[in-house]
Amino acid sequence: MNDVSHKNFTSAGSVTATGNRGLQIEEPLLFEIGSTNFTGVDVEEPEAFESRLGDVERTDMMGLPGLSEPETMRHFVRLSQKNYAIDTGIFPLGSCTMKHNPRLNEKMARLPGIGDIHPLQPQKTVQGAIELMMQLSDWLTSLTGMPAVAMSPKAGAHGELCGMIAIRAAIEAKGEADTRRVVLVPDSAHGTNPATAALLGFSVRSIEAEKDGTVRASAVRESLGPDVAAMMLTNPNTCGLFEPDIAEISAALHEAGAYLYCDGANFNAIAGKVRPGDLGIDAMHINLHKTFSTPHGGGGPGAGPVVFSKSLAPFAPLPLMARDGDGKLELIEEKASSGEARPFGRLTAFHGQMGMFVRALAYMLSFGEDGVRQASEDAVLNANYLRKLLKDTMSQPFGDRVCMHEVLFDEAFLKGTDISTLDFAKAMIDEGFHPMTMYFPLVVHGAMLVEPTESESKRSLDQFAYALKALANAAKRGDKDRFKSAPRFAPLRRLDETRAARQPILSYTPPAQQAAE
Amino acid sequence: MRYLPHTAEDRRAMLGTIGVGSVNELFADVPGEFLLDRIEGLPGHKSEMHVERALGALAARNIPAGSVPFFAGCGAYKHHVPATVDHIIQRSEYMTAYTPYQPEIAQGTLQYLFEFQTQVAALTGMEVANASMYDGSTAAAEAVLMAHRVTKRKKAVLFGNLHPHYRAVIETISRYSEHDVVDLPSAPNAEFGLEIDDKTSCIVVQYPGVFGGVRDLTPLAELAHRNGALLIVVVTEAVSFGALRSPGSMGADIVVAEGQSIGNGLNFGGPYLGLFATRKKFLRQMPGRICGETVDEDGKRGFVLTLSTREQHIRRDKATSNICTNSGLCALAFTVHMTLLGETGLKKLARLNHANAVALADRLAAVPGVEVVTPHFFNEFTIRTPKPGTEIIDALVDHGIIGGVPASRLFPGDGLDELIFVAATEVNTNEDREAYAAALREVLA
Repeated sequence: MNDVSHKNFTSAGSVTATGNRGLQIEEPLLFEIGSTNFTGVDVEEPEAFESRLGDVERTDMMGLPGLSEPETMRHFVRLSQKNYAIDTGIFPLGSCTMKHNPRLNEKMARLPGIGDIHPLQPQKTVQGAIELMMQLSDWLTSLTGMPAVAMSPKAGAHGELCGMIAIRAAIEAKGEADTRRVVLVPDSAHGTNPATAALLGFSVRSIEAEKDGTVRASAVRESLGPDVAAMMLTNPNTCGLFEPDIAEISAALHEAGAYLYCDGANFNAIAGKVRPGDLGIDAMHINLHKTFSTPHGGGGPGAGPVVFSKSLAPFAPLPLMARDGDGKLELIEEKASSGEARPFGRLTAFHGQMGMFVRALAYMLSFGEDGVRQASEDAVLNANYLRKLLKDTMSQPFGDRVCMHEVLFDEAFLKGTDISTLDFAKAMIDEGFHPMTMYFPLVVHGAMLVEPTESESKRSLDQFAYALKALANAAKRGDKDRFKSAPRFAPLRRLDETRAARQPILSYTPPAQQAAE
Repeated sequence: MRYLPHTAEDRRAMLGTIGVGSVNELFADVPGEFLLDRIEGLPGHKSEMHVERALGALAARNIPAGSVPFFAGCGAYKHHVPATVDHIIQRSEYMTAYTPYQPEIAQGTLQYLFEFQTQVAALTGMEVANASMYDGSTAAAEAVLMAHRVTKRKKAVLFGNLHPHYRAVIETISRYSEHDVVDLPSAPNAEFGLEIDDKTSCIVVQYPGVFGGVRDLTPLAELAHRNGALLIVVVTEAVSFGALRSPGSMGADIVVAEGQSIGNGLNFGGPYLGLFATRKKFLRQMPGRICGETVDEDGKRGFVLTLSTREQHIRRDKATSNICTNSGLCALAFTVHMTLLGETGLKKLARLNHANAVALADRLAAVPGVEVVTPHFFNEFTIRTPKPGTEIIDALVDHGIIGGVPASRLFPGDGLDELIFVAATEVNTNEDREAYAAALREVLA
C-alpha cells in the first residue's frame, strides 16, 4: 500500500518526476498510504471482561487503514488545496447563494451548551436550546410575515417535502385528496420542485413562462381547475426576476381552493424588504445555508425550516414548540400531546439542524433587522452592477432590464465562435474564478446565472467583470484553444464524466483484488 | 456592518454606474404596496461581542453531555472526537465550498467523498455507498422508497425494534406517497414472527435494536428473500460496525446508518449524516449524490459526481429522490475520524464501548429493584425499574447525572413506562458508573 509508483505519480503529461507542480501536490487515496494494522488514535484496552455480543461478533477484515495524526493532517490539507471556496474568491453560483461565512457563527456552534447536548436529554436540561429555536423561529416568522414555522427540515428539498405534505394534509382534511392531484410547476423551476411533487404522488403540470421568464396570472388561471392542489413557484424566480403577478397568482389559487408553495431559495434578495406572507404564500422553505449564511460545507449540511400561512399552520410536523405560563419551554414530540394542532407526522428523528440554527441566529443577531435589509439591497445592487458592467460584452436573454440578486446571461454572445457555455466556464477557472451556474434555468439556451451576493466588494466585482470581458473578447477574436483546452491551470484538466457513468468505480479496490477480478 | 464591504460612497458610485437614483428603483418589479421600509418586532444589528454574550447566555442554560456522567443514546451518542477532525472540517477550502459541480477545482471534496464511500461500503459489508443523506432516519425512509422501486411492490414491514422516530419518518413519507406500512409490536427481545406476503417490498430491522439487543439477522434475510422482498438494516450507532458482524455479511440488501458517532458531535440532534449502502445490482435505484473515479484529459486519475441521471436536477419528476444538499461536511468529519482510527482503531474503540456497557450493566443490575432486560447488546441496553422511567431520569438530573432515555419518551402509551434505555461509550469512567449506581440506589430507595 505504500507503493509510491501508483498511477498518479506516473501520469502522462506531467513535467516533473513526481507529478507535483510546486504547491500543487499529488495526493494518493488514503487507502494507498496507510496500513490496516495501524491506528492514529490511542484507545485504552479495557480490563478483562466477558463479551455479551452473543453470536454476532465481527471477525472479518474490512480493509480500512489507519493513519497517524501527521499523515492524516497532511492528507486532508493537501486535498483541501485542490478546492475552490468562498474564502478563496468570488463563487458566483446563481441560485446557490455563496456568501461569506462568519467565523463567529462557527465559534457559537461549538459552545458546549450548544454542540454537546443530546436531543433526548430531559427537556429541563436544554431550556436554552429550545429558547434558541424559538428565537430563530420568531425571526423567520417576522421576516416572512407568516404565523408558523416547522424547524425540522434538513435542507431545501426536505423543506419542500414538508411544505407539500402540509398542503396534502390540508387537502385531505377538506376531503379533496382524491380529486386534487395536480401541482403546477413553471418550466424554470429547480429540479427539486417536480421531484418533490412526484414523490407525493402528484402529477406535474408545466406552466410556460413569459419571454422574460416570469409567470403571468392569466397562464395560471388557464391551468387551474378542481384537480389542482397547489402551485410551486420560486420568487424571485430562477431567472433572477421578481414575479410581478405573484399576489394575483396566489389570489387565483386560493379562489380555486389550491395553495401556493414558494421555493424560498432566493429569499436573500428580498429579506427585510418584502414579506412573503403579504404576497399570499402558504408555505415556503428558507435555506438557512443560503439566505442566512450557514456554510455550504461542500454539499451540506444545510437546513430548510418551512414557514406556513394560517391555513397550513395546524398541519406543521412534529416536534412543535410551546411555552407555558411559567415560561417553561417544551418540545412536543407526539401527536397525542399536540392539542388543537394536527401535525402531519415527523420528517426526521430529532428536532432539526441545531448546529445550523445557532449559526443562522448568530448571523441574524449580527445583522439585525436593518442589516438583513441592507444585505438584500447590496445583493441586488451587486447583481445589477455586474449586469451593467457586462451588458455590452455578454448577452441577456430578456434584454437589459433590472434584475434582483442574480443576473442571467445566455450563450448568444458566443454565437459563431464554436465556444460553448461550458467552455467559457472552464476558461473562467483558469482566470482564478469559480464559474457561475451553467445551463440552468433550463428555459434559457446556454444559461449562465451569476449571483455575486452582498459579500463582494466593488473592487472584487470590477475584477470579475474585467476577467469576463477579457474572456468574451478572446472568444470573439477566435482564440478557441484557450477555451477548448481549459482548464489548463487547475489541479486537473477536464474530467471524463461519460466514462465515470458508463463504468462506475465508486470505491477503492486494492490492486491485488483488482487483478483477481 | 462588518460583513458588508461597501462604503456609502461605493453604493452611490455603483448606483450611478447602473443609472438609477436609489436602490429601490432596482426593486421596481415588486408592487409598491409590498415593499417595506422596516420589519416590525426585530432588533437592530449587534457587535460580535454582544452576539457572543446573547448566545453564550442561551448555551449556559443547557447541561452539556461532557459536563456530567452521561448515558443517553437512542440514535445519538456521546463519543470523543479527535481535535484533528474539527480542525480539518473548519478549513475554508472544505467548509466554504459548494457541492462539487466543477470537478477540476473540487478534487479535495470529491476525493474525500470517494474515500467516504469506500469506508462506508467496507463498514457495512456492502458493495456500493452514496455520498451521504441528511441523517439515519431520512436515509431509512429513502431506503424503503428504494425497496419499493426495486421490487415494484409497496408494502414495508417495520420490525418492532426500530427507533420509533425512524418509524414515524418512514410512516409519514409512506402515508403521503401512498405506500403501506405494517408496524410490528415493540417489546424488548421480541421474536421474528413476521407477516410477510407477496406484496411486501422490504423488512426493516434495526441492529442493534432500539432496546439495545443484537442478534443474527441471517434468518430474517432468508425470510425476506424467500418472499421476493429486500432486507433493510438500520444502524443508529456507527461505532458498532467495529464489533458486530456486518449487515452485508448477514444478507442485507440495503444498509442505512446514522453516522454521527464517528467524527460528529451531538448538536442536539443535527446536523448528522445518513450512511446509505447497497448491492451493486441496485445501484441505479440508489438515491443521493454518488462520487465516481475517472480520468482527466491527461489521463490522470480524478473524481466526479456521477450517475446523475437518477437525480432531480436531470430527471425532475422521474428522479429517485428529491435530495440535493446532503451532509458533505459531516461526511468529511466521519472520513477524517475513520482515517485516524482505521479498522484497528475502530475495533479497539468498539471493544472499549462494549466493555464499558457490560461494566455498567453489571453495576446497575446490582442496584436493588433494577433488572437488565437485554441479554446480548453492544453499547446500549434496557433496564426495568420499579418506578416510571421518566421520574427516575428526572430525579437523576438532580443528582447531576443524565441516566439514559426513558422508554416512555419514545413509546408513550405503549406500556413500557418502567423501561429505560441506557448507553455507555468510551467517555464513561468507572467513577461515572459508580456515581450512576449510587444515585439510582438513592432514587429508588
